[in-house]
Amino acid sequence: MIPEAAHGAELAIHGAEWTIKELFTYPNEYIYWTIQIVMYPYLTGLVAGAFVLSSLYHVFGQHELKNIAKFALVFSFALLIVAPMPLLFHLQQPQRNFEVMLTPHFTSAIAAFGMVYSFYMAIVASEIWFVYRKFFVEQTIALKTKEGIGNTLLRYLYNILTLGAYDVSEEALHKDERAVKLLAGLGIPVACFLHGYAGFIFGSVKANALWMTPLMPVIFIMSAIVSGIALCMLTDIVIMEWKKFRVKTSKKPWEMTAEEIGGAEIHIIKKTSTYLLGFLIAAITLELIDLIFRGYTAMKSWDILRTVIYEKDFNKIFIMQYGMGNVVPFILLLLPGLTVRRAAVAAVLVLFGVFMMRWNVVIGGQAFSLTFAGFMHYHLPIIPHNAETFKEGLFGALFMGVLPFVLFWIFNKIVPCLKFKQGEE
Amino acid sequence: MTNMKLTRRDFIMTAVKGAAVAALPLSAFKILSPSEAKAAIKEANVRWGFLVDTHKCVGCGFCVKACKNENEVPYDVPVTRTWVERYVVLKDGKTLIDTPHGGREGFTEQKVQEKDVDPKNIAKAFFVPKLCNQCENPPCVQVCPVGATYQTGNGVVLVDRTWCIGCGYCIMACPYGARFFHPIHKVAEKCTFCYHRITKGMKTACVDACPFGARKIGNLKDPNDPVTKIVMTERIGILKDAFGTKPQVFYLGLDDNVR
Repeated sequence: MIPEAAHGAELAIHGAEWTIKELFTYPNEYIYWTIQIVMYPYLTGLVAGAFVLSSLYHVFGQHELKNIAKFALVFSFALLIVAPMPLLFHLQQPQRNFEVMLTPHFTSAIAAFGMVYSFYMAIVASEIWFVYRKFFVEQTIALKTKEGIGNTLLRYLYNILTLGAYDVSEEALHKDERAVKLLAGLGIPVACFLHGYAGFIFGSVKANALWMTPLMPVIFIMSAIVSGIALCMLTDIVIMEWKKFRVKTSKKPWEMTAEEIGGAEIHIIKKTSTYLLGFLIAAITLELIDLIFRGYTAMKSWDILRTVIYEKDFNKIFIMQYGMGNVVPFILLLLPGLTVRRAAVAAVLVLFGVFMMRWNVVIGGQAFSLTFAGFMHYHLPIIPHNAETFKEGLFGALFMGVLPFVLFWIFNKIVPCLKFKQGEE
Repeated sequence: MTNMKLTRRDFIMTAVKGAAVAALPLSAFKILSPSEAKAAIKEANVRWGFLVDTHKCVGCGFCVKACKNENEVPYDVPVTRTWVERYVVLKDGKTLIDTPHGGREGFTEQKVQEKDVDPKNIAKAFFVPKLCNQCENPPCVQVCPVGATYQTGNGVVLVDRTWCIGCGYCIMACPYGARFFHPIHKVAEKCTFCYHRITKGMKTACVDACPFGARKIGNLKDPNDPVTKIVMTERIGILKDAFGTKPQVFYLGLDDNVR
C-alpha cells in the first residue's frame, strides 16, 4: 500500500484536513461544509432578528423599544453587509461568486440568494435613509459654518447622503415617517424570507437525513429572531454600561447627559426580553417536534441519527444548545426581579445557544456517513498553516464575527444611532 | 411629412408597421417543443446506462486505477470517481464494509474495517463497484446555483470546470457520495462515464480495464444493446431508489446490505 500522507500531503483534498472518518464511509465523503457555513446562517439570522426588533417599534408602535430600534436597524445593516462574506470564504472559486447573479439556476435554493439579498439590502438601506434624512440635511447645513478639511469632507458626504432631498418641512418629514413604516412592514416578511430560505437550503437536501425536514425554514426563522433580539439587547447593555462607566471615570462628569449616566434602562430590557422569550418558546417547540417526530416515525435513518444525537453529539446538543443555550437563559429571564446584569448573561447564553444550534445542524448533519454505517468527526483548525485553514478555521470565523461590530462602529460615526439627544426624533 | 412634425397618428402608424415588419421573419421559424427539439438532435437517440454484475467482480481494483489515470484524478489522493466496496457478512448477522483507497490496490488485506475475520465466521462476502449513477432526476443538477453542472441530451451529468464556483452544494445533494472537489482544479468533480470516450464510440476506461466483464456500458434506447437486453430481461437492482433520483446504473446481484 502506498502511504497516503507521503504523496497526498502536497495535494490538499478539500475537507481531509479537518475530517476524521470512523467505520465505513464513502471514499469521497468529507466534511465539506464547515465553520463558515455555520457563520452564514448565524449572521443572516442576526440580521433578520435585529430587523424584526426594529420593526416592532416602527410598525407595531412599541415605544419602549424606540432607542433600541434605531440602533437595531443600523446594526442589522452592518450585519447584512457581512452576512454573505462567509460564503466567499467558503467557495473554492470565490472570484466566480458573481455568476450567481449572471446565470442564476433557479431550481437551486442558493440561486435566489443574490436577488433576495439585494432586495432586502435595498429595503434596509432605504429605511435607514428615511430615518436619518433629516439628520443628513441638518448636518449639511450645520457643517457649512465649520472649517477644516475633515468637516468639509464630512459635509460632502452628508450632502451626497441627502440625495438632493433637502425638504425638511413638517409635511415632508411626515411622509418620511410613513415611508419608514411601510419599509419596516415590508421588511419583516422579506427578512423572514431571507432567513427562512437559508433554512430551505438545508431542509431541501434530500440526501441528508438530518437536514431534510419541512420545519427547517421555520426553525431557522424563529431561532434567527431569538438571536437577533439577544444580540441587540446585549450590545445595548454593553454600550450603555460602558457610557455609565465612562461617567464614573470622567474628569468632566458635568458634560455627560442624563441618558449616559443612567446606563441600560431596565424597562427596555424587560420589554425586549419578553419578545425574546416568546420567540425562544416557538423555536424550542419546533425543534422538539422535529426530534420527537424523527424518533417516533423511526425511518431508516433514525438508527444513525439516534447515535449522533444521543451519543456522539449529546454534549453539543443537549448540554450546550438546549441546556446552556435555552433552558438556563429561559430561567434567568423568567425569574422575578430581572436585573441588567442577569439579562446580559441570558443574552450571551442565548447567542451561544443559537450558534450551537447552527453548528449542530451544519456540522451535525455531516457527522454521519451517507452509508449510515460510519461517522465523520470535525476538527476545527485553530492555528492556520495555509490559506484554507485560516479561511475555514477559528480565525476566519472570528474575523466574520468581529467584522459587523467594526462596520457598526464606522456607521455609528456617520449615522449616530447611539446618541439620544433631547428632542431628537 | 412636409413640416417634419411627427404627429401622434404618424407615430402609431409607423410603430405598427415597424412591428409587423419585425415580426415577419420570426414566423419563418418553426417553434419546436422541447421534445421535438430533443428528437431533432441525434444524441437524443442515445441514453447511456451502465450495468454492474457484482457476481463477476473480484475486487482487483483495475477499474479504479484505470479511471484515475484516464481522467487525471491524482492517484495518491483518496478521492475517486469510481470505487469498489467489499462487503463481509458474518454468521452473527454483522456486516463489515470497507474500501481502502477506493479499492484501487485490490483487497489484499485479510482485515476488514481493521478487524481480523475468521473465514469460518463469514456467511457471505462480495464486492460492489460504485460510480456516478447518471440519475434521470439528478439532485446535483437541481441544486447547482449557477448551472455549472448539467445533464446532457444522452443522460450524462457533467460539470463545467470553467463555471463551477465550488460551493459544494452538489456534493451535499448527491446521496451516493459520487462527487468531490478535484484537488487541482478546485471545482466539483464526478464520473462522466468517460464522456470523451463514449461519444467517440469507445467504452469507458473502467469497462475496458475490467478483466471479468463485471462492468458494461450501453445505450438504453437501443433494444438490441447487450446492456439494454439484460436490464429488460433480468432481475436488476438500483441503489437508494427511495430518493427518487432514478439511477441509470443497474446492478445484478445486489444485496440489501449494500449501502
